Amino acid sequence: MAPFYEPEVVAPGKLVLEGVKKTFRTSRGDVTALEDVSLSVAEGEFVCLVGPSGCGKSTILNLVAGLDTPESGQVLVDGKAVTGPGRDRMVMFQEAALFPWLDVRGNVLFGLSLKPGLKRWARRDVADYYLQMVGLTDFADAYVHELSGGMRQRVALARALAPNPRVLLMDEPFGALDAMTREQLYSDIQRIWSKARKTILFVTHDVREAVCLGDRVVLLTPHPGRVHTEFAIDLPRPRDPFAVGLASLAAKITEELRKSQQQAAEEAHT
Amino acid sequence: MNRRLKALCVFAVLLGAWEAGDRAGLWRSDLLPPPSRVAASLWKALTEGQLLAACGVTMSRLGKGYLIGLLAGMPLGFLTARVRLASDTLGVVALGFQTLPSVCWVPLAILWFGLTETSMLFVVVMGTLWSILLATEHGVRSVPPIYVRAARTMGSKRMHTLLKVILPASLPFILSGMKQGWAFAWRSLMAAEIYLALAKNKGLGYMLHTEGRDIGDMEMVLAVMLVIIAIGLLVERLIFSPIERALHHRWGTGLATG
Repeated sequence: MAPFYEPEVVAPGKLVLEGVKKTFRTSRGDVTALEDVSLSVAEGEFVCLVGPSGCGKSTILNLVAGLDTPESGQVLVDGKAVTGPGRDRMVMFQEAALFPWLDVRGNVLFGLSLKPGLKRWARRDVADYYLQMVGLTDFADAYVHELSGGMRQRVALARALAPNPRVLLMDEPFGALDAMTREQLYSDIQRIWSKARKTILFVTHDVREAVCLGDRVVLLTPHPGRVHTEFAIDLPRPRDPFAVGLASLAAKITEELRKSQQQAAEEAHT
Repeated sequence: MNRRLKALCVFAVLLGAWEAGDRAGLWRSDLLPPPSRVAASLWKALTEGQLLAACGVTMSRLGKGYLIGLLAGMPLGFLTARVRLASDTLGVVALGFQTLPSVCWVPLAILWFGLTETSMLFVVVMGTLWSILLATEHGVRSVPPIYVRAARTMGSKRMHTLLKVILPASLPFILSGMKQGWAFAWRSLMAAEIYLALAKNKGLGYMLHTEGRDIGDMEMVLAVMLVIIAIGLLVERLIFSPIERALHHRWGTGLATG
């Protein structure tokens, strides 16, 4: 039976980072993860952050999620400074981070149970609505270990969408999946994004993935993490990761990435 | 022939040999009575009601002490997992007391509480508490931090995170502590009941020692030993195994053997 819930339409959020600096204390001294990073993501925009490891792309995500606080600068969501985690910004992690003691529906319900003003039966309808959206209706009663990696990420996506956030933060959600599963998820995420319009900040180290999904690709360079270049992606949707236009654009960005890394290496030597 | 039937045959042969050996006069009957007389003694104690009463007394002591140990051990385990000072003090003490065989608490209990129910309770709690505490601490420390981060992004805070994320995530560890705590408590309670002959509330240990050994009633001694074994097996089979199987089924860990 199809769930009869229809989500309330919420306006996607606007993200602004202004001169953000973040340093981590480690046993080998302080490491500057981000140095004067400014970035803005418009309402409903799909922005991909790309860069090698150490460029601070996950740190940016954690700051927006409210799991971390910047040392200086500001992180704003709809003009308000982020002070902690909130249901207006939901996160999808690389390792899905589903709870093994709950079944699939229970995982989707977890975030909903904390949302005020929702009755128990209503929550179930919401959970089933999103499970249907990601194509896992038949697996609502399955446990996490019974699912494939791709299915787990779909559950994680349903869990993140269920509280109907304004912003979706995705931290290399497809990084651990095989190529076939990834391509399937690219088309799924584009379909879902066109239906449930969210502002999406998507972190990846895969340039082709970024070009396939993003309205804009932001290239970051490491040590310390900075915004290097931005690329607007004006390809029609839905996009095929193997289309010629997409591949040549991905090659151009990869070339830029390589140059920036060489530059950084030269600077480090002088 | 299936497995169970084969095993049953082996036991039947052993019991038959035991019975035959007694009939042939191979050993002193008063030191090792034949299974038929043990069964008769067991039946008599059962029908006259004293055995069930003793089981009731013992199980109620165990139940109370175990519950106290569980309810105290879990929060203390959370504390030692989360607060460094608690870990450096209470955690160390717990580790020490857990290596101490819980029978060793019996003399101390007698001196502190005398020949009372409190002594019994104390010994059972000491058998349970440290295992539960250490298992909980270990479990809480083993919770992947990503679970807590994920829960936080969904609006989970303090008490909610503790009860809905950290507790269920550490349950497999806590359960193994519960099993160990049960085993320690069961053994130490038997010791306590043997040393502390409380004539008012006769437990299984009392039956074994005072009513069995003191008057040389070997049938009774063997019969009570059988009951003690049976209770141990029943608790394992009826309580711990199903819980364990349910956990493994959910988490997809281990092998759910029946």
